[in-house]
Amino acid sequence: MITRRAFLFLGLFVGSARAQLPPNIGELRKKALDEAIRKVVGNAQVRTGKVKLELPPLIDNGNTVPLSVSVESPMTAADHVRAIHVFTEKNPQPYVVSAYLGPRAGRARISTRARIADTGVVTAIAQMSDGSFWSDSVKVIVTLSACLEEGLI
Amino acid sequence: MLAGLPAAAAGEIPLAERRSGYEFMSRETRAMQDDAVTGPAVLWLLDGEALWGKLGCVSCHGDAKNSMKGVAARYPALVDGKLVNLEQQVRHKAPALAYESRELLALTAHVARQSRGIPIQINEKTKPFIDAGRAFFHRRQGQLNLACAQCHDDNWGKKLAGNTIPQAHPTGYPIYRLEWQTVGSLARRFRNCLTGIRAELYAPGSPEFLELELYLMWRARGMKLESPAVRP
Amino acid sequence: MARVVVNVPAQAKRGEVIEIRTLAGHPMETGFRRTQLGELIPRDIIRSLVCTYNGAEIFRADLHPAMAANPLITFTTVATESGTLEFRWTGDNGYSATQTAAIKVV
Repeated sequence: MITRRAFLFLGLFVGSARAQLPPNIGELRKKALDEAIRKVVGNAQVRTGKVKLELPPLIDNGNTVPLSVSVESPMTAADHVRAIHVFTEKNPQPYVVSAYLGPRAGRARISTRARIADTGVVTAIAQMSDGSFWSDSVKVIVTLSACLEEGLI
Repeated sequence: MLAGLPAAAAGEIPLAERRSGYEFMSRETRAMQDDAVTGPAVLWLLDGEALWGKLGCVSCHGDAKNSMKGVAARYPALVDGKLVNLEQQVRHKAPALAYESRELLALTAHVARQSRGIPIQINEKTKPFIDAGRAFFHRRQGQLNLACAQCHDDNWGKKLAGNTIPQAHPTGYPIYRLEWQTVGSLARRFRNCLTGIRAELYAPGSPEFLELELYLMWRARGMKLESPAVRP
Repeated sequence: MARVVVNVPAQAKRGEVIEIRTLAGHPMETGFRRTQLGELIPRDIIRSLVCTYNGAEIFRADLHPAMAANPLITFTTVATESGTLEFRWTGDNGYSATQTAAIKVV
């Protein structure tokens, strides 16, 4: 006759241990980022260079972060930037913006304001007309402002 | 310019050492404030300009660029013996505009914009209210039992959880606060401060907030208005 | 109510690369935030900006929740001929905004 105490003790092991543990958010986000980049790039190799991603290394508030991406390219019909994609690693989802250019752009440069949730790496990937991919990454530190509307400091 | 101003009292920031919150922000955030074409507050300025005509302000006041120049730098002020701030004055013929509504914020931003670059000048006849505001600024409040002065007079420039503590001069209101992702009033910012120290939140237009706003504007006397500013 | 702003130089030399700045008023609700009671606030964002120059598409952007509220997008184009630039923003819940700007190319 199993005692109530023994029954409860057994219950700890019977339930799936995996269900009890919290998900590894960092790992899930890294997988999502890799998949997002793979969707854009396919199996092609992404080389560092040609791309310059500019955003403040120390961010006042992650809600609105000015960022620019420039790519070295003559922007001719034969040799131009087709698209610029920006990704983050710590946001709930990895995409920020995808801008589609072309030889009519004259210059491969876009500016915008993004949301960066947490300290980490922001990546910009340029897709060239010859099918090659180039990238640049910046590590940023995100701070919280003081005295908010609810909760926190 | 500083020669004619009364000196700061003990514990207050010496007049020559006062710095706007602008100087505590990063270069990139300052650039957002300075962007006159696509800065985040521009949408409110355009709305305010449209409302100035649509709500009939133009029929008494004409072009705001002329009639409203210098006005925001002189509020809060006594109107018929009552202390009134800029939002309340803007509402004087449109009382249906709610505090913190997009319309009131846009109109206030438009009016305040016309005083950009003008030094703040508070009428000393409001002295009893300035004193009440100063008392609030120095009073310990809330669960954290902190007074505004402890951070903003005594510890400005130091860090609070990764952020630099500014001196708390209301030189740019209404502001586009990056935290809100929208334009908001000084009263909304006060409520955030009070939430930070877990103190009682007063309502916009309350005597406590009006007196505090007056004291802070008087404390910032001589500093130039930057409205509408961008702040983290 | 002003919902969008575009800044295009009124005049440019033929072949000159001009900068175009656009700003759209929109909260860009991410779909990841929760209310005080824990309910998820549904996503509501601008999803795309398209710019045409005398009818030909010269720029397109896909926006995601990681774009800040009141999205600013700045890009460039070559001033080829006088005419009209047309901007169109589209997004969730039927959001749509358009703006045009004239340019004189000398």
